[in-house]
Amino acid sequence: MNTYSDKVMDHFQNPRNVGEVENADGVGEVGNPTCGDMMRISIRVKENRIDEIKFKTLGCGAAIATSSMTTELAKGKTIDEAMQITRASVAEALDGLPPEKMHCSNLAADGLHAAINDYRKKHGAGE
Amino acid sequence: MKNIYLDNAATTRPAPEVVEAMLPYLGELFGNPSSKYYGVGQITRAAVQKARQQVGRLIGVNNISDNPDDPYEIYFTSGGTESDNWALKGAVMCKSKKHIITSAFEHHAVLETAEMLEKSLGCNVCAKQTACEVTILPVDSTGLVNPDDLRKALRDETAIVSIMHANNEIGTIQPIKELAAITHERGALFHTDAVQTVGKIPVDVNDLGVDLLSMSGHKFHGPKGIGALYIRKGTRLDPFLNGGGQERALRAGTHNVAGIVGMGVACELAMKNMEAEAKRERALVETLWQGLSDRIPKIHRNGHPEIRLPGTLNVRFEGAEGEAILMYMDMMGVQVSSGSACSTGDIKPSHVLLAIGVKQEEAHGSIRFSLSHDTTAEDIQYVIDTMPKQLDMIRQMSVTWKG
Repeated sequence: MNTYSDKVMDHFQNPRNVGEVENADGVGEVGNPTCGDMMRISIRVKENRIDEIKFKTLGCGAAIATSSMTTELAKGKTIDEAMQITRASVAEALDGLPPEKMHCSNLAADGLHAAINDYRKKHGAGE
Repeated sequence: MKNIYLDNAATTRPAPEVVEAMLPYLGELFGNPSSKYYGVGQITRAAVQKARQQVGRLIGVNNISDNPDDPYEIYFTSGGTESDNWALKGAVMCKSKKHIITSAFEHHAVLETAEMLEKSLGCNVCAKQTACEVTILPVDSTGLVNPDDLRKALRDETAIVSIMHANNEIGTIQPIKELAAITHERGALFHTDAVQTVGKIPVDVNDLGVDLLSMSGHKFHGPKGIGALYIRKGTRLDPFLNGGGQERALRAGTHNVAGIVGMGVACELAMKNMEAEAKRERALVETLWQGLSDRIPKIHRNGHPEIRLPGTLNVRFEGAEGEAILMYMDMMGVQVSSGSACSTGDIKPSHVLLAIGVKQEEAHGSIRFSLSHDTTAEDIQYVIDTMPKQLDMIRQMSVTWKG
């Protein structure tokens, strides 16, 4: 049995939306290199929707796949909808993650929320 | 698709000669070596004894007789982990000396056993006795234990000192001969986990002066599930498994005959090939390191540059994480390990790398290449050719890489 689901492997092997949004409206950075996982999500918001989203990740296969999946789930959503994306929904969209990867490597939803909060702060919308 | 296996410190491919030698003992030669009064039992009994001689010869024990009833010093176990458990537990349980010395870069089979003995109150018979005390010696940035640290740590109540011969992750080889001599000055037993060295570099128990030595068949092209513990004559060690009196009543249980035969053949092959093979692997490792360090910026070698296993290379890559490197290399058909295969179920970085002073974030980005008899120069060239591109991709994705 493979450690990772086919979906995780697909996102790991072909990560979507890698990079940084130029002059982003919001940036969220979570994790730290000591834990082995760290990611940065940057977003551009147009008419209250996530128009563009990119990630940069230092981390294991699960960290890269969850980052990639999070950007896919969030793209095109309103920022309120995007705030509903959770670690659990990212893991579910990837057909699950090994138990030891649920905590440290599954940070991308937090990164997305941090990016949205950063956007709201900059644009005076509060949290 | 290429299939280049560079994780031979985890396990090796059994040699064809090994598999061939084992097959009859999985079929028609099924007798129990303890059934010594009829043919099929006598055949397997002789086969076990022949393997005992082959294993002995590889580590400098040349006086094992053809007669299984004569005393011997090679005891078959299920592998390195069992041998390590036996050495430590057998040396302290039901004994008055209750102090253990080991090092920070041991295999978990030693560290966890020491930790268990530190917590436990001993066996039922001597429950009154207090738990063991354990001293963990540090290692320097290359992985070496300082003999002076051992000298200072030894006490009158030290029962056993257990220091690995060569480390499975970084390959550093310890000055066992010196450490064993220092230990004996204070009357303690000396054990070494030689799972990574037996079959790869010359190991002679008399030259090293050890009382106990653990080895494992599958690390040098033998089968899994079989190992041995060398117990020097006169060493007082408690039985590990009680039962039917096998292995001089020290390790009971019906013999794993096919495994034992396979390990014996693996020992004989290793003896024949060792010198040339060590030289060849050492050269390949240097080619690999040169090739990678010429083509990939900001990489570092972990462990001792000279005093190390010939076929092991541990490299730290800045701005990249080990498991991701491992998986992107697997996509190219190359199998390596990140930190230690034993810690892959764990998300903590390798205790060995931390022990040599590698920072946590750096330990996460370390990869071990371990070669074997099966590794070719073409394999190494392929890794040199493919790895820079994979690393570049990972680093372009990495949030900490500032290239």
